[in-house]
Amino acid sequence: MSVTVARRLALQALLTILGLAVLVPFGWMLVSSVKLDSQVLTVPIQWIPQEFHWDNYTRIWDRIPLATYLYNSMFLSVTITFLQVLTGSFAAYGFAKINFPGRDVLFLAYIATIAVPWQAYMVPQYIIMERLGLVNTHLSLILLQAFGAFGVFLMRQYYLTIPDELTEAARIDGLSEYGIWARIVLPLSKPALASLALLTFVNTWNDYMGPFIYLNSNDLWTVQIGLRTFIGLYEAEYAMIMTGSVLSILPILVVFLLGQRYFVQGIATSGLK
Amino acid sequence: MATPTALDTVRATATGGTPPPVAGRTARRLRRRNTLAGWSFILPNFIGFAALTLVPVVASLALAFMQWNSYSTPEWVGLDNFRRMLASETFWTALYNTTYYALGHIPLTMVAALGFAVLLNRKLRGVQFFRTALFFPYITALVAVAVVWNMLFNPDAGPVNQLLRAIGVDNPPGWTTSTTWAMPAVIITSVWRDMGYYMVLYLAGLQTIPAELYEAARTDGASAWQRFWHITVPSLRPTTFFVLIMLTISSFKVFDLIQVMTEGGPGRSTLVLSQLIFREGITEGRFGYSSAIAMVLFVIVLLVTVIQFRLQQRSER
Repeated sequence: MSVTVARRLALQALLTILGLAVLVPFGWMLVSSVKLDSQVLTVPIQWIPQEFHWDNYTRIWDRIPLATYLYNSMFLSVTITFLQVLTGSFAAYGFAKINFPGRDVLFLAYIATIAVPWQAYMVPQYIIMERLGLVNTHLSLILLQAFGAFGVFLMRQYYLTIPDELTEAARIDGLSEYGIWARIVLPLSKPALASLALLTFVNTWNDYMGPFIYLNSNDLWTVQIGLRTFIGLYEAEYAMIMTGSVLSILPILVVFLLGQRYFVQGIATSGLK
Repeated sequence: MATPTALDTVRATATGGTPPPVAGRTARRLRRRNTLAGWSFILPNFIGFAALTLVPVVASLALAFMQWNSYSTPEWVGLDNFRRMLASETFWTALYNTTYYALGHIPLTMVAALGFAVLLNRKLRGVQFFRTALFFPYITALVAVAVVWNMLFNPDAGPVNQLLRAIGVDNPPGWTTSTTWAMPAVIITSVWRDMGYYMVLYLAGLQTIPAELYEAARTDGASAWQRFWHITVPSLRPTTFFVLIMLTISSFKVFDLIQVMTEGGPGRSTLVLSQLIFREGITEGRFGYSSAIAMVLFVIVLLVTVIQFRLQQRSER
């Protein structure tokens, strides 16, 4: 009996130690964000700052145009998420609920491009954007990310679980295909829509390479690019860099805590098939 | 003769016979209606997808055999780009580094993800909190991750080396400032970042294993290790396979993390293939040459994935 108790305690200790160890980088980031630059990298480490410099959180807004960056990130993330969910779920209906010649070949083309590394076609993509005169505009990023194959794939997987009898019955009742999509399938697929929306939002918010390649003007930059550039210019402002990092992940933390179960659901849905 | 119904059409089609004329017309009309409706649903997405994904994918295939810089006109040069690539020392360094990264990242992430999944699949205090916490690095912005870890890895005053010194390592590694240790630093960071995602997949897999299996094994006197090895691991095979494929694809494509953490340095010690493709294509404007390297990367990913599929099929037989 006592052996089981001891084992339980040991496991509990192991879990606590490992779990907290994973969180150390976040803790360190948070602590450093309210220090002075000179107190961030010290020997030994100060886990509790001598004094809390909360003013880092007000000063950073003057040091970099963080409000502009946040606005740009928010604008791109919301627009792209909206389009991705809208066109993705619309196309997924065509793939999952309507039978027509060539459908499966077309779907295969979508799937195949998911497996192709993005670096393999980023150059032709860039050339197209350049010829269209869209380099250094937000529109380029919106176009690149709004029509992703992943959204179509994820929504289709979910629509396949909605019984065909339901759409058949609606058809017999005289509802048009668009009516079926809007009034029957969409309301039934709220969990999938939520996971796609969350995954797209987080991916867009955190995207580094897209804005890095396509955006040159400071006033178009997103939080990720702005922060990276700030770091490049002021390597030694350790505390301010940590403050910016904390601010850049706060929106994601909020989104994540609000929609936790949908993240897990989305991963499971895309992982099962 | 009774009017043919839709059922007759189905029956006729199923048996390979010619459907009755009236039904044939109806079926044709239905098919045309479906084709129109189907395309109308797919089109809004497909236009964007075709123009900005499908066309570039096909174009990059052709570009690999062309000489094209930002200023010149495209010219067919056959295998020239590939010859130049094979003679380039930088290419071989990047290929070596990519393989090094993959061979470190894949097994370590798998072991960490599986370990945490097994640990967090029990009724222990704080399980729910740690599941959430472990997943969070995966959706944390890469720039923030890179910045924090770069500071943690600071050779003199970084917490990592302070810890190493405390446990008796006299000359701890220089991490991102050292050509030998930069790649291990990148791998450690990427394992920390990714393990939560794969842990979620493993947790989903663990939940499908019937508890009776463990009960039976326990009655037979199997130790915890034996239960893990003879029940958990075999039952998780489909999940492990999926995790392996996903990890392989993402490891060979690694780009963002290295770009932000080390920019391929110091020297060329963390330069990977996707970064070389980016430099040659976007920075230098050598579109053809860059596409040739991209083609090699694509073929490698494809080959490794196909081999894994084959091995999986063989082990299932």
